[in-house]
Amino acid sequence: MSKLRELSSDYYWLLAVTAVFAVVSLFLDQFQISLAILILFWALLGAAWNILGGYAGQFSFGHAAYYGIGAYTSVVLLINFEVSPWVGMAAGAALAGLFALLIGYLSFRYGLKGAYFALATFAFAEMLRLIASELELINTSVGIHVPLIGGDSWLRLQFEDTPSNFFFAILILFVVVMLVSIWVARHKVGYYFQAIREDEDAAAALGVDPLGYKLAAIVISGALTALGGSFFVQHFGYVNPELVFGVAISIEILLRPIVGGIGTIWGPLIGAIVLTPLAEFTRDFVRNPPPFLEIIEGRAGVDVMIFGVILIAIIIFMPDGIVGAAVRLRERFLS
Amino acid sequence: MSDTLLQIDSVTKAFGGLLAVNSATLDLNQGEILGLIGPNGAGKTTLFNMTSGEIQPDKGSIYFSGDDITGHKPHVIAQSGLVRTFQIVKPFAKLSVVENVMVGAFINTSSVEKAEWRAREVIEFVGLGSHADQPASNLTTASRKRLELARALATRPRLLLLDEVMAGLTPTESASMVELLQSIREQGVTQLVIEHVMQAIMTLSDRIAVLHHGELIAVGEPAHIASDSRVIEAYLGEEFEIAEN
Amino acid sequence: MAVILQSRRRKIIFAAGAVLLLAILLGLNADQASEWFEQNDPVLRQALVTGILIGGVFALVAMGLTLIFGVLDIINFAHGALMTVGMYITFVLFDNYGIDPYISILITVPALFLIGVVVQRVIIRPASNAPPHNLLLLTLGLALLLQNAMLVIFSGTPRSIRLDYGRGETPIGPFIIDFPLHLFGTTITLNKLIAFIMAMVLAAGLYILLQKTDLGKAIRASAQDKEGAALVGVDIQRIGLITFGIGVACVGAAASLVLPFFFVDPVAGNTFNITAFVIVVLGGLGSIPGALLGAFIVGITQEMGVVFMPSSTKLLGVFIVFILVLLFRPQGLMGKKE
Repeated sequence: MSKLRELSSDYYWLLAVTAVFAVVSLFLDQFQISLAILILFWALLGAAWNILGGYAGQFSFGHAAYYGIGAYTSVVLLINFEVSPWVGMAAGAALAGLFALLIGYLSFRYGLKGAYFALATFAFAEMLRLIASELELINTSVGIHVPLIGGDSWLRLQFEDTPSNFFFAILILFVVVMLVSIWVARHKVGYYFQAIREDEDAAAALGVDPLGYKLAAIVISGALTALGGSFFVQHFGYVNPELVFGVAISIEILLRPIVGGIGTIWGPLIGAIVLTPLAEFTRDFVRNPPPFLEIIEGRAGVDVMIFGVILIAIIIFMPDGIVGAAVRLRERFLS
Repeated sequence: MSDTLLQIDSVTKAFGGLLAVNSATLDLNQGEILGLIGPNGAGKTTLFNMTSGEIQPDKGSIYFSGDDITGHKPHVIAQSGLVRTFQIVKPFAKLSVVENVMVGAFINTSSVEKAEWRAREVIEFVGLGSHADQPASNLTTASRKRLELARALATRPRLLLLDEVMAGLTPTESASMVELLQSIREQGVTQLVIEHVMQAIMTLSDRIAVLHHGELIAVGEPAHIASDSRVIEAYLGEEFEIAEN
Repeated sequence: MAVILQSRRRKIIFAAGAVLLLAILLGLNADQASEWFEQNDPVLRQALVTGILIGGVFALVAMGLTLIFGVLDIINFAHGALMTVGMYITFVLFDNYGIDPYISILITVPALFLIGVVVQRVIIRPASNAPPHNLLLLTLGLALLLQNAMLVIFSGTPRSIRLDYGRGETPIGPFIIDFPLHLFGTTITLNKLIAFIMAMVLAAGLYILLQKTDLGKAIRASAQDKEGAALVGVDIQRIGLITFGIGVACVGAAASLVLPFFFVDPVAGNTFNITAFVIVVLGGLGSIPGALLGAFIVGITQEMGVVFMPSSTKLLGVFIVFILVLLFRPQGLMGKKE
């Protein structure tokens, strides 16, 4: 059966991509490794968002909520109970999943769709940010520093001596999220998600429970997003409400899957591969511009401006994302 | 009567001040095709929507195979074997024809292989085989109607509610749709059909129910309905053809 | 639909329960409650007045946003950033040329109208056939662009202007009025008062434009039914350009009005952005009168929220209201149920 073959091929691709990343990483320098970490990091978050936004078609503008919950849960457990961030990650995912269930239930039960849903998710994330800024338990807006014990530790997920180990940590998490993504896309639940996205009423008339499946989508998506948050705290070493609950994070999370190709398995990774080095490149370009542009040297904000222009261009000229453009190109080639 | 598959009992629905359906009572027997006709605005789609769960009746009850399904959610009703199509077709545009029908097939299985197998089987049956792997958005109107039908069939329904499945079809296309519906009946699927194309519905139906201003004014065999004075009066001013038996 | 009907009953029970709970709490703490109210009475009154005054400016911003949504189905995330642009223009005109902000409105409004038209033509229209999330990202990208452009040009230092009138005795026409005003135990500054009055005047002007002119009719027709409007001869493309322009011109006006009592930095427009979104949803996406009503509700809630929850920021109260509205009346106060 054609689908059976396709089912296997995505997992093979994942294996191949993982192998390539793992092997190539051995030959990369410090800077390139940190770039690779960023790529996988955003690809992970994008893939998680994509489950709800791309497959189920429910555009969340507040994924920072789950990211932040993941970040704070693991760091609080670490500081107060000496719990390993790996366990903290799982706890964060569970808590984020619960919160996603709450947000999802409130939103979907009352029929929020499209722009209304997007704004509601944004509002929930902002509320979390505001509440977190006042919460003594997590040190309000001052934030929390991750207590470092020095040296490397896989158990505590900190690598002061060998920061490149963070790459393997994020690679593991990336594979986990991608496995879930592929599983969702290629099984009944993925078909149901897409049916709901395309036409909720028609889906219901075919026996699909719209509320149930939307809730499933948001819970899975939220839980996976929290993993990224937990990783961030350990990697960056510090967390505060603005950093992890801010709207900037929500935007960054959804940027790459949309540019890469919303609702596709590999869109998030492709978007991350294209946009992340691009951001670095523009930043570098501003730091060391060519002689005729030296007026922009070092000026804050120019890099984001350039990035913004390129982003706008990509969206205008590739409305289905990079994957969509590639598919159309292939079709034109074949016909 | 163990033969009664669907019982609509004194069902009433008002929208604001407008009485869309007024105490309609109708029984559907296992294995029959019941045609539901009536002038525009008679309340046919509203009656459908109450049967399939999209709308809740203000008064009355609906029983499917003896179970009370009044006011249940659409997906629950669909899962019990009562499936409907929509007047304005709702294909899953970004999915292929096969994937569309698989969504229907998944109601009985969790296996992708089984769903695909069932989907392809149904697609062949309705005659869309050559379009199976194309995106649904590529299909013509006639093909989309078949897709809508195929999706519903893939669920292995006991009762199929067809809402103007022949609207927008040429006479040739209508005729072959009639054949298709007849072969679906031969598979044991009971059908409740809303239709405006008189020729088709008179040929197709075992019985006809006539709705006018929300009330069932006549139920009976096509020949009797065609000569019923109340029916003729209701349709005065409307164009229609009566199939001569 | 069945779901909605069932939930209406639930909503009523929930609301009744909440009111009952509130009443019981108040009753149990009647003494404390009345004492608290007495103590905070002046603060509450001030909050109410400030809320109404700032609500006027919010209304202007929100009406622009809801107009754009009503006609073009776009959620303009760059609305706040465009307001920041207007604020910087006003600042430069004042700082370099001494032009009074209330006069520079005559410049910011057409300037931002033009910017709006250009944005619509160059950035948004090319993507009009794309899925809605693309348009969202586009306006977002634009916001990023504008914010950082202003960061580059003006740096991140907050700037503000100080008018040399409006304190103490101020001649207004034949009268001499002492500012700030003290009315009903509250303080009203001249800046906020002018902002409120002018915002209301402009809002009225917008209303007249939409209701009484041919252009306004064309705009309203496009908002209701694009295809139908095109069929009766409305140039949809042109209307789209003009509408976006008007929507952005609204924030241009608001920017000039607000600068005298607000500061400007590259992200100054962000709070207005968020607040505008809440107002627009509260009032009903696409409804101008809804935006007006919603603006006052949000303005008052924002100011009063701080009194009831002193440790929180103003926005928290706003968001709580927002969530409640989304849950109980997602179509907004004046919107139509879909």
